[in-house]
This record gives sequence, structure tokens and C-alpha cells, in this order.
Amino acid sequence: MQTTKADGDRDSAGDTRRGFLAKVAALACGGLATVAPLAAGVWAFLDPLRRKGAAATFLPVTELTAVPDDGVPRQFAVVSERIDAWTGFPREPIGAVYLRREKGSQQVEALSATCPHAGCFVELEADGRCFRCPCHNSTFTRDGGIVQPSPSPRVMDALECQVSESGAVSVKWQNFYTGIADKVARE
Amino acid sequence: MRSPFRGRPGPLRKLGDFLDDRTGWRGLVHEALYERVPGGARWRYVWGSTLVFAFMTQVITGLFLWASYSASAQTAWESVWYIQHEMAGGWLLRGIHHFMAQAMVILLALHLLQVVIDGAYKAPREVNFWLGLVLMMLVLGMALTGYLLPWDQKGYWATRVATNLAGLVPLVGPQLQQLVVGGPDYGHHTLTRFFALHAGFLPATLVLFLVVHLALFRKHGLHAKQPVTRPDGMFWPDQLLKDTVAMLAVMAVVLGVILVPAVRAMLAGGPVVAGELGAELGAPADPSQPYAAARPEWYFLFLFQFLKVFEGWGATGEFLGAIVVPGVIMLVMFLMPIVGRWRLGHRFNVAFTLGLLAGVAALTGLALDEDYYAVWADKQRLAEAARLYDETGGDEAKVLASVGDKAKARAVAGQFHAVEKLRRSEAFLAAVSTARADAERAAELAGRPERIPPAGALDLVRRDPLAQGPRLFAQHCGSCHAHVDPARPDAAAILAKSSAANLHGFGTAAWMRGLLDPEQVAGPAYFGNTAHREGDMVGFVQGDLQDKDTWKQADIEAVIAVMAAESGLGDAATPAQTIARGRELVAATDRCGGCHRFGDNGTDLGTACDLTGWGGREWLVGIIRDPTHERFYGTSNDRMPSFGKAAESAAPLLTAEQIGLIADWLRGAWYRPATLAGE
Repeated sequence: MQTTKADGDRDSAGDTRRGFLAKVAALACGGLATVAPLAAGVWAFLDPLRRKGAAATFLPVTELTAVPDDGVPRQFAVVSERIDAWTGFPREPIGAVYLRREKGSQQVEALSATCPHAGCFVELEADGRCFRCPCHNSTFTRDGGIVQPSPSPRVMDALECQVSESGAVSVKWQNFYTGIADKVARE
Repeated sequence: MRSPFRGRPGPLRKLGDFLDDRTGWRGLVHEALYERVPGGARWRYVWGSTLVFAFMTQVITGLFLWASYSASAQTAWESVWYIQHEMAGGWLLRGIHHFMAQAMVILLALHLLQVVIDGAYKAPREVNFWLGLVLMMLVLGMALTGYLLPWDQKGYWATRVATNLAGLVPLVGPQLQQLVVGGPDYGHHTLTRFFALHAGFLPATLVLFLVVHLALFRKHGLHAKQPVTRPDGMFWPDQLLKDTVAMLAVMAVVLGVILVPAVRAMLAGGPVVAGELGAELGAPADPSQPYAAARPEWYFLFLFQFLKVFEGWGATGEFLGAIVVPGVIMLVMFLMPIVGRWRLGHRFNVAFTLGLLAGVAALTGLALDEDYYAVWADKQRLAEAARLYDETGGDEAKVLASVGDKAKARAVAGQFHAVEKLRRSEAFLAAVSTARADAERAAELAGRPERIPPAGALDLVRRDPLAQGPRLFAQHCGSCHAHVDPARPDAAAILAKSSAANLHGFGTAAWMRGLLDPEQVAGPAYFGNTAHREGDMVGFVQGDLQDKDTWKQADIEAVIAVMAAESGLGDAATPAQTIARGRELVAATDRCGGCHRFGDNGTDLGTACDLTGWGGREWLVGIIRDPTHERFYGTSNDRMPSFGKAAESAAPLLTAEQIGLIADWLRGAWYRPATLAGE
């Protein structure tokens, strides 16, 4: 080790203007050279922020006759085409909704199967009387209301639902931010 | 350390002291930076540092690429396409990684050269020299494995060659090959294994060796260029300034290679497409398509050329060229520190290294000369020899008969070698341009709004009429039919060689106008080289149709317009009146309808082609499937095979999908990207 000698050299050279400039120049060159790959990497890494989800649209889910008017929710698959980065998938199930209909009603209520607490898939209890989330036991009544105590900050997310004259049921498919008291749609 | 500041220490200083007390970081930084450089800083010492910098660049860009890459046979090309064409800055990231890898190979050669020339490999630095050689092989291994990862044609075929060569290793070759490939065939596991090697095993090993390499370098100190005449300098900032300037220069060159095409395009006023900058991405790997443009990356070109030396020796030759000779060279390099002790050993080592690099350069030059000979060959000078070569097939007796003069014949034959080289080079360049067109088309198809199907981009390419049509046509139709734009200067020569109609523009008004032209109907573009040369249609066009009282020019034009409309390739602006008149003429039993069925004109099938839907997709598919069907040529069919009709106990020559691809290609029905508004 040449510490003593090196210290001496540094002290005599370090204070000179030339030595200072050399240090600044070395740092500048090294920094500049490293910035290019880092910047390119970060630029590409931030690419997902430019991407938007598919716009919320009404997707056909089922026929009115398939939703019994007994007030008990039933699970239906939402089917749609989907683009995942480079792959374009043909029509396939992309999620699920619960539909229910009161006695004699022509109106269908749609609830998103995504738990407003942390985004797990809410399950319908076997007796059809309430929903329960398998992750943290959020419990909801069959019309989506909260059964306290519950970790969920809000009731289940209702989705807009249309029934055409011919009886086709379609649902406005969208996602909402989880974990907050307000129902805010994701862009 | 003494503070340069007076008075109470600031909070930053305090934090520094706090950490120093617990980690001793100031001592570490001090030790790292204040290394003595005997004889002062020099430019010749920068190569090691630039290599470390290049490696760090690869680690940074590699990790970010990793965040978007997907290693499987159905997603590798696709994810790289997405990085290159869709992700913001992806082209730059990939470009830096691609070209820095190449820069690294050059820097390796320079570093090795400097170490050998300066004698830096001698005692006590032998072990470090050996570590350096191991590092070199690791870098080359990373280059080799990285080449496959985009799973495009060039990476795929180059890797097949490289792994087949691995199969030549004695005793364990086949097993070694199967392990590297990840099974008996190339696929998902080839990619996952190459990726694990490229981004895991090899760089991790490299880091280990690099740490020891650098530690030993610091232990021994820098090997100064002898004799030391100048006063000693310091690593920081004297040598480090030179190092960082060199790093910046390397990065500038890499960025230059990526960005110069963009600047050039901008200066020429053309559009700059970010996805086309930086590293090339070939068409998706396809084991079912020949790839005559296959070449290794340029820094392995010398090995490729070297293997040609052993052509004709079979597997033994490849074993010698790919394994024994490179093995012996590596052995000599490993022995350099020992040989260097001998009096003339050092000179031998320097001469060997220079000779090796010169050999590599010469072989690379030879390989490039063979491939690109057509670019710089004096074609004027070779014109006569080329003509005679093509006529005689290189047979000297025939050449003598043709030239008549012995001396001249010998002179011409002496040029045949150059002609052969020219022809090979032309074939290679044509393959390169086909490969480029295929790559562009694949990228264009991937960019459709509906993106790539789950089966992958290869599936997309295989279902593309533009990509497959010309290949299928050449393979199945081209031995009789020409497909050449009549406006091309060499059209006549190509037509003369064909023995059936020219199908370029089939279904269009221009094609139909040629058919109804008495000068052309019996020419090579239509019936001239077929059994129908003197058939009824030729007789009709040259006879009845010339009767200007029956067939007014406007009538002929109406027939042309309606036939083009029938094929779906007509001019949408044709007046309805013209179409109606045309339909009437084509259907009329005293005009075309005398022989041809058209709609419900009642003419029997079997005499001539049914003109209903003529030239349309369904019609074309039908005639390719079975021209002997009564809708088409029936019993008077001239030589054309029924491509879609299975002969007894055999599959048809073409599948329905292939026939559809040919029909769509002939009709120009393929995906075209939407052009920008206003274009």
C-alpha cells in the first residue's frame, strides 16, 4: 500500500487548478457515458405509463331468461377480445360478473366480482344468501351491501347493465381502484 | 482526513463521518482512487477500463431488456418486436445493447494486444492473464448466446450451425449438443437455456472472474510501459480522466451507429421511423423456409470462413476447423506466460498475437469479399465470360466451339472462377434482400391493430399472401407461368422462357385488354406457348373481334370493364351504363356467350371457361384446385395439374389454405398498413 505517498501526491496535486479540472472532466465524461444506457433503460421501463386500458364498453353477457327472477345472484363470464402487449387474443373470458333479478322485474343488477378491498375474486356462498371474499373475509349481502365488520371500504361495485328489447343482457365492463372508500373507475 | 472547510462541520460532513466510523468507506474510496500509475497516465492503459464500462453498459441495458423480454418460441420474436417497434425508447435500449456487444469484442482484441505487446502477461501476472483469457471466452459465449434470443431467422440459423459444431466434440458431442439445445430439437427450451446462460450463468461467472481479475490487477499494480521515463501519476484523476474520455468515445461510437441512419434520413427529408433504428430484427425463425442469408455475427465470420478451408473433408474437417484449431490457438495463448520466460518467447508471443489478428482480419476480409463481390466486381469486364458461362455451363470444349480461338477460349475460361464467385455473391445478396423484405413484412403484420395471434408471428407470416404467394407460385406455378410486369425491361426474356400465360395483374382491365389484343393473344404472355395457341379464343380475337361493324371499340372496352368488375379488381368509377352494356355483350350467345357461360345465359359448360365471377377469389381457387372441371378447361386443359384434387390415396399437391394464399397474392389481396391521413 502506498497510502502515505499517495496522500502526499494528492495534497500537492489536488489543490492545483489543473487537478480540479481533471476531476470535473473525468466525472463529466464518466457520467455522460453512463447516462445513455441508463436513460434508454428508464425510458423503456416507463413505457407502461403511456398505455391505457381498453375503454369501458358494454359487453354482451347473457340472455334475460338465463337470469332467474329469484333475487339470487348468478355468476357469468364476460367474454371479449383482448390485446396483451404483442398478442391479440380472440374472444375469450376476461372476467366475471354477478347478475341478479328481483321477482317479476325486467331490470338486471350487475355486480363486479372484484372485491373493493384488495381486488380478490369475491365468491357467492353456497346458499346464495351472501358474498364472501376468500382473501380477508369481506362479506357482502346479495345486493352487494357491506356486512360489518368488514375490511372492505365500500359496498361491492355495481356495473351499468342494459337489457335490450330482445332480452340480451350487456354490462359496462370496467375496473375500479380498490382499497378506497370512493368508487373511482380506472382509466 | 482533514476537512478543507473551516469552522463547524456541516450536516453532510457529519453524515459522512457517521458512516465512515461504521463502514470505513473513505478508506475504501481512497484505496480505489489513489493508486499510483508508474510513469504517469497513458492512453494505452484505457482498454481494461473501457471493457469494464462496456460490461456495465450491457448489465444495465440487459436488465432493462429483461424486463420486457419473454423467452419462448411463441413470444421471443414477438416481445423483441414489441420492444423495438412499440415501446418508447425500446429501439435505443436494444440498439445500445446490440452494438455495445460488438464494441466489446473489438475492445477485447485491443486489450489483449496491449497486454501482450507490453509484456504485461509475464511474471508475476501470469494468473491474471489466464483470468483474462477466461473472461474473453465468457464474453464471446455471451455474444453467441445473445444472438439467438430474438428468435429471428439469422439468430436461429446461426445457432443451429454453432450447436451442430458443438456436436462434433469427441465422446460427449451429441449429449453436449442436446443439453445446450434443451432437447432433440430447437424450441422453448433452447431459448430458456440460452437466456439463462446469457443473462445468468455467464454474467455471474464473469463477475466472479472480473472481481478476481481486478483484485489481482490492484495487487500487482499497473504494468508500466517500459522504460519508465516520466514521473509517476495518479489513477485519480489523471488516468481516470483518460479512461472516462475513452468510455465516452466508445459510447459515442455506439450511439453514432444507431443514430447516423436517422440523421441521414432527416437530411434527405425522409421520415424517421424509430423502430427501424438500431439493431436489426429479422423475420421470425422458420425451420421450414430456406435461409440463404445465414451468416454468423461479423466477429465470428473469420471462423465461418476458416471452416471453408476444410470443405470436402466432411465431419473431420469441421472437427479440425471448429474445435482442434481454435483449441490449439487457445492453448498457445494460455501458454504465453510460460513461453514468455524464454529469451525469444516474448517476441514469439507478440508475433503470434499479431499474426492471429492479421489472420482473423484476412479471413473476415475474404468472407466479406465472397459475399459482397457482386457489389464491387467489374461486371463489364466479366460480361462476355458470364454470357459464355451461362450458355455452356462452364464446359471448356463448348466454349472453344463457341469462341473458335484457343487462346481466347482459355482467357474466357480463366474468368469462370470470377464468374462463379459473382453468381454466388449475387445469390447471397438476393437472399439478403429477400430476408430484409421478409423482416419488414413480418414487422408490418405484427403492427396490425389486431396484433399477433396467440400462435405467434410465424403463424401470421405463414398466412400472409404477400409473404407466401411468391414462394408458392415459384414452387408450383412458376415452371410454366410467368409473373412479370410487362413494363419491365427484361419482361420479354422472362416471357420467352414461360410456357403458360403471364399471371401478373390477372383479373385487371390491363390483363384483359392484352388478351383481347390480336397482337398479344397468341404471344407468350397469353396463349402463345400453350396448346391453345391456335385455339378458338385466339381465332376469335384475331378474327371476329376485328370486325369493326360488330365489335365497336366502345364494346370491347365495355367487355374489358365488366370482366375487371367481375374479378372485383375493376375501376369503381366505371359508369353503370358501360357495365350494363358489357354484361349484355358477354352474356349474348352471338358474342362471348356463344362459348362462355356467363351468369344465367344458358350456355353449356365444357366448351370454354365460365366467366361468372371470372378472376375473383372463388374462381381462381376453383381453377387452381381443378382446371379440368367443366367450369374451366374441362377436357381441353393443357398440362395444368389439379392442385387441390387428391389423386388416389395421395394428398393433394396444395392444401386449400395454400391455394387461397396463391389466389389472394395474384389478386393483390393482402394486408396493407393504413397510410397516414393526407397521404
